[in-house]
Amino acid sequence: MTAASGFMEIALIVAFATLALGQILSIVRLVLGPTSGDRILALDTMVINALGLVVVMGIRHGVQIYFEVSLLIAMLGFVSTVALARFILRGDIIE
Amino acid sequence: MTAEIVGTYATSLFLLIGSGFALVGAIGLLKFNDSMSRMHAPTKVGTAGIGMLLLASIVHSSLLGETSIHELLIMAFLFVTAPISANFIAKVNIHQKACETPPDPPRDETWSTLNVPDSDPDPDPANQ
Repeated sequence: MTAASGFMEIALIVAFATLALGQILSIVRLVLGPTSGDRILALDTMVINALGLVVVMGIRHGVQIYFEVSLLIAMLGFVSTVALARFILRGDIIE
Repeated sequence: MTAEIVGTYATSLFLLIGSGFALVGAIGLLKFNDSMSRMHAPTKVGTAGIGMLLLASIVHSSLLGETSIHELLIMAFLFVTAPISANFIAKVNIHQKACETPPDPPRDETWSTLNVPDSDPDPDPANQ
């Protein structure tokens, strides 16, 4: 193992740990609230961080299939954020 | 050989910077005091962090000899949708009066998200 690949192993582990810590902090905000706007924001942040975890996993395994997974997560995350916000704003999602 | 080493170090650096940005966004989400300040941390810093991670993915795939720039698609999608979802969450905050109500707009009487049409029943059951 060369010095460069050893450094990258450490960087991957640090990236996994940092993103997981970010998820935990977002869960704390999700539980604390206090308003529903904060909860929607915490869920949005968790979706973005999960996307980051999937991307880092793809780098770790060196496989391309994780690309589709992350694209799907990005799209569903946006749609669900908009749907939740619209439900609070209008009392209905599709009028 | 040298290009491979430089690429590996670049991937590691992008990974560290990106995950650091994502963590800063989450800390901002937890630490700020009111809803509107909390909103600005993860929607901007978090998106920049994910952009860095996707950049690391591009560099790494070119390192393996199968260059893919699909990740640019996710990056563009995220950079377009993050302000839209932030705008929706800000509207939710204004609607629920979770923040200081902004001053009235110059031409209309009130903001549309706070406006109750005359034909609507009073939402407070005590007044019915």
